[in-house]
Amino acid sequence: MKTIPYFPGCSLKDTATPFETSAQFVMEKLGLALAELDRWNCCGTVSSLTSDDLMHHLAAVRNFVRVQDLGETELVALCAMCYNTLARTAQRVNGDDADRDKINQFMDRESDYVGDVKIVHLLQVLRDRIGWETLAEHSTVNLNGLNVACYYGCTLVRPKSVGIDDAENPTLMDDALEAVGATPRAFPFATECCGTYQVVDRRDLSIEHSFRILQSAARTGADVIATACPLCQHNLQEAQRELSGMENIRDLEIVYFTELLGAALGMDPTALPERITQSLQTTAAAQADQGGN
Amino acid sequence: MTEEKLTQIFVMGKAYDVPAGITIMDAMEYAGYRFVRGAGCRSGFCGACGTVYRKDGDYRLEFALACQEMVEEGMHLTQIPFTPAPRSDYQLNELDAAENVLLQHYPAIARCVSCNTCTKACPQDIEVMDYVQAALRGDLKRVAELSFDCIQCGLCAMRCPADIKHYHLSQMARRLYSVTESPEPAHLTARMAELGDGAYDAELDEMMSMTLDQLKQRYAERVIEKEGEAL
Repeated sequence: MKTIPYFPGCSLKDTATPFETSAQFVMEKLGLALAELDRWNCCGTVSSLTSDDLMHHLAAVRNFVRVQDLGETELVALCAMCYNTLARTAQRVNGDDADRDKINQFMDRESDYVGDVKIVHLLQVLRDRIGWETLAEHSTVNLNGLNVACYYGCTLVRPKSVGIDDAENPTLMDDALEAVGATPRAFPFATECCGTYQVVDRRDLSIEHSFRILQSAARTGADVIATACPLCQHNLQEAQRELSGMENIRDLEIVYFTELLGAALGMDPTALPERITQSLQTTAAAQADQGGN
Repeated sequence: MTEEKLTQIFVMGKAYDVPAGITIMDAMEYAGYRFVRGAGCRSGFCGACGTVYRKDGDYRLEFALACQEMVEEGMHLTQIPFTPAPRSDYQLNELDAAENVLLQHYPAIARCVSCNTCTKACPQDIEVMDYVQAALRGDLKRVAELSFDCIQCGLCAMRCPADIKHYHLSQMARRLYSVTESPEPAHLTARMAELGDGAYDAELDEMMSMTLDQLKQRYAERVIEKEGEAL
């Protein structure tokens, strides 16, 4: 089977394991398996916003060296935050000989990074290397028009220079899920901020942000919210737990988009959140009723 | 009579001529230093004699154990026998080996920028940064395995720009891994039972009844390694 080098990141190894297992299942079904790097370290998100601090790009570059040592030039990420951090570092150092030289001199135990590793997100791989039609052909379980609000958050689409899609009106995740039979709902808050790391010491702030997103998602008539970011997932889940029972808040399952793809491609239902399988049954039953009338 | 070949080293800035081909520790003692602390097993196991040095003309700081590394001409060195690094307080049997248990006890690991300075400082050639990264993602097994050769010298923690306490962290991981995941060692269980059944009680009782002089004599005559026995 063909493989593509894959960078998991920390969250996918602890709090977001379903994201990884479902993506691996999907990609194996599609014949392009995710090959986890043997050695990898943090994507570098520790402080990637400090533009004059080359030191903080070391982590990302070190991962690029591992890819280069494999003789590969592409690295796929799942976590939106890892994607963003890696892609921004690639953008900076791939095009800057002086920065790369400085980093190479510091990392004197590794091979020099020559600057040709490209970071891609799984959604881009699905579109560009697999294609929506092939994805649709591999779908074995009917999602029965399951209503999905695709939540992109910030890091997949901003800044524009590394965004995987239009920053204001992205459709990549919608397209992927539509290909396997789900019904993406028009979702005005799809790229609003969830509150990110503010949750650590300003939980109220992140709940306030997430509240508006949850409310908007509920109004679209969605059954589930799909995301590509463990931090967004966490914040929305926390807010939902906190606000449960409030007016305009419906308990929606907040899942990784790969879990829905996995469901469509025949993943063991016991490995999926119960609410997905429940939602699928409910939608199927509703449609059967309509068919009967 | 052949003249002894001498080499010049600098200990804390002062020049000494010492015999070539001896260890840093022997050279310092030759030069008149007496180790009260900062020397232990003298065999590269205890980690008490952490040392930093620069070779003449090299920009880089090197790290070693004084009892293992040979002196070289023009070596500038000093001892770092102790690293002030607080250790987290925990009761091993009460810990929950959850994914973030290491992060909770040593939160500074989240500050790692993957600079790899810790790995470069390790006299045991451990991939220190790799185990810090494994700790971040809660992989106890990988931390335990990668750090197995750690001798707790503390040089990693001394060098870290993020103030991580690597060696305490990995010790916690190895302990936790051994009580939660690794199989119970049959030989240890058997040995504990043997001790519990009083296998050495008679010898201990005998020593308890000896005088100080008798004990000293017994100690002086002890056999550590039988003569002619290969290591």
